[in-house]
Amino acid sequence: MNKHVIETYERGWMLFSLAMILVFLVFIGYTLSGFAFYVPTAAERIDPTTVRTGGFPTPHVEKVGPGKYQAYVIAQAFTFLPNEMHFKVGDEVTFYVTSPDVQHGFYVHGTDINVQVIPGEIAKVKTKFKRPGTYLIICTEYCGIGHQNMLGKIVVEE
Amino acid sequence: MATLARKDEYADFPVKKVSLYYITLAFVALLIGTLFGPFQAFNYAGVNLYPALEKLLPFIKSYYQGLTLHGVLNAIVFTQLFAQGALLYLQSREMRMLPQMGVAWFSWWLAFVGLVMAAIPLLLNDATVLYTFYPPLKGHPLFYIGAALIIVSSLVTVYLSVELWARWKRQNPGKPTPLVSYMSVVTWMMWAVAAVGLVVEAVVLLIPWSLGWLKGVDPLLARTLFWWTGHPIVYFWLLPAYVTWYGLLPKHAGGKLFSDPLARLVFLAFLIFSSPVGFHHQFADPGIDPFWKLVHTVLTMMVAVPSLITAFTIAASLEITAREKGGRGVIGWVAKLNWKDPIVLASVLGAISFIVGGAGGIVNASFTLDYVVHNTTWIPGHFHLPVATAVTLTHMGLALVLIPHLTGKPVVRLPLARAGIVLWFVGMMTMAVGMHVMGLMGVPRRAWISNMAPNVQGAYSEAASMMVLNGIAGAILLIAATLIFYVIFATLLQSRRLPPAERPEVGFSEAISGPEGRRSVMVMDRLFFWWGLAYVIVFAVYLPTIVRIWSTFVSAPGFRLW
Ligand code: HEM
Ligand SMILES: [Cu+2]
Repeated sequence: MNKHVIETYERGWMLFSLAMILVFLVFIGYTLSGFAFYVPTAAERIDPTTVRTGGFPTPHVEKVGPGKYQAYVIAQAFTFLPNEMHFKVGDEVTFYVTSPDVQHGFYVHGTDINVQVIPGEIAKVKTKFKRPGTYLIICTEYCGIGHQNMLGKIVVEE
Repeated sequence: MATLARKDEYADFPVKKVSLYYITLAFVALLIGTLFGPFQAFNYAGVNLYPALEKLLPFIKSYYQGLTLHGVLNAIVFTQLFAQGALLYLQSREMRMLPQMGVAWFSWWLAFVGLVMAAIPLLLNDATVLYTFYPPLKGHPLFYIGAALIIVSSLVTVYLSVELWARWKRQNPGKPTPLVSYMSVVTWMMWAVAAVGLVVEAVVLLIPWSLGWLKGVDPLLARTLFWWTGHPIVYFWLLPAYVTWYGLLPKHAGGKLFSDPLARLVFLAFLIFSSPVGFHHQFADPGIDPFWKLVHTVLTMMVAVPSLITAFTIAASLEITAREKGGRGVIGWVAKLNWKDPIVLASVLGAISFIVGGAGGIVNASFTLDYVVHNTTWIPGHFHLPVATAVTLTHMGLALVLIPHLTGKPVVRLPLARAGIVLWFVGMMTMAVGMHVMGLMGVPRRAWISNMAPNVQGAYSEAASMMVLNGIAGAILLIAATLIFYVIFATLLQSRRLPPAERPEVGFSEAISGPEGRRSVMVMDRLFFWWGLAYVIVFAVYLPTIVRIWSTFVSAPGFRLW
């Protein structure tokens, strides 16, 4: 095979690679600008030793408007508080999540919520429940010997 | 017969011996680390074999202890030690000069002592913190100190490689660095940029904290420093394999490398773009500004380009080779490659897995897509392709040539190793399918799911069919690993040696387009400049975030929850 033929292919391939990467970046930009409220942001920093002693609200769900809720969640070894939450289809929920001990995950299967729960951070994420059903809350970070049992649930009714 | 003193087999070129020590220690680590792999695959098949394992090895108390050993020994220790041994040897041999031998041995001893120190708490279940050791999980101080010594050893090797290169440049003014040496030096420089995060994390935060001198550490700060090193470490695993693919594979396949300057460009791109990308491991972290996450995303995508070029160049070089030997057809030429050579077999299978793995990697790096897969089994499903298949197979293939070359000991039962290599590839591809799909079903990684409490049992029953694949993969990989390790250790431990004339050679690739007379090559050869630039960029994309987190330092106390 001729060396120059390959060099032409090679240049074509490099251009293709760059173009492909650019297209990906455009898509990412698009999704970010449109619906990325599930990207976790930090509500604030917190001293993790105060999470259970008043530094963070008692875990609960609070109605803040028609179809709008705020949920205050503590992820701790090896459970979520509250461990079960109930909503209606179409509800928009903002979760505030933190940890008093080690790192955990707060992954609501079937949604785009997947937060690294880090002691010292109060994470804030928002989602809208579009379908009825039971959504598992899964701890997705190793947190100790009972990590595999750290599951909660969200029940969404019609 | 007549000689009283034992003959020194390495007297002609003493770097052979230190290199052999690195490679042997690397495979000892890999052997122990890999032992847990099939047990983990069975765990994700829903089968809990840990009670049986504990009967065999009473000091292994849990899945998580085994997983910590698996991650640390395979991903950190094996990869680093193999790179230290192989790259140092290849560079010395190509330059026909010795590195500073005393320093080379010092570096080996540092790694050895560090490994023993870290192994003690790992085996005693006193540092079951996984290979990411995220605080506030708190392990025994010996673990952090040992790990730090291993990293220091790698930095000593950076010095060795750069010093050797600078000496060669002084003695060969105006000449371009030979290719394999160029790739080795750039790999070490890249690692020196990458390692800053981990060194600061260990020395400033973890060691003082584990010794009780510091009351708490900031978990987000520690994560950020960890991933400064944690992503580019992937390229530190990968580049030594690329050295084989560019520098040795074309020769062993019976042909030539397509383009020498392009290979240099690829390595240079890695030097500059490898490190400023760590936030793509922290997309799910609160406390890091989405703007900086986006910057890292863009740079991460850039790093994909040199790998895409590599896939092209390697495939093109092999195809030219095969066609010159009379190969035909769109795919038919593949038959003409020299498959008997373990470097060819292992590298090509590794490269195929790497292409699949690379495509998945681009998904993970896509900021907004990542949330679907973050910390599910998709992630280990993904990285076993580049690391546990592409890199590990390539290193195994190289070892099967390098060990006889260094020692003069012929490979024992090479066909068994070839079968092992093929089975390893098949097993890893099978496991990858299972783990990727289970990840989409929400099954978390790092979870002892075969040992769940009664109230949560059955949570992942949807994934049952994929679990079967993991079970099959675990069995295939157990056989593959047994075959390969048998051949490697039987070769090392025999006493037979070939006479010098019959010892196998390590062949360096020649290139169709060489480096001679290219201005671009001379510009790329100004490595101290490029190295400095890499530091400037990494500091620019990290310091704003690090300074901000540090200025609101959160002091989290440690926990032992295993
Ligand atoms: C017989 C071969 C192997 C098998 C069957 C295997 C299997 C597995 C499985 C199932 C996991 C997931 C565990 C979990 O998330 O709970 C895992 C994790 C991992 N493996 Fe392997 N593996 C093998 C070889 C290797 C090799 C050769 C390397 C690297 C050179 C490697 C590096 C890793 C790393 C870094 C992790 C992640 C550990 C963590 O999450 O802390 N593995 N392995
Ligand atoms: Cu947890």
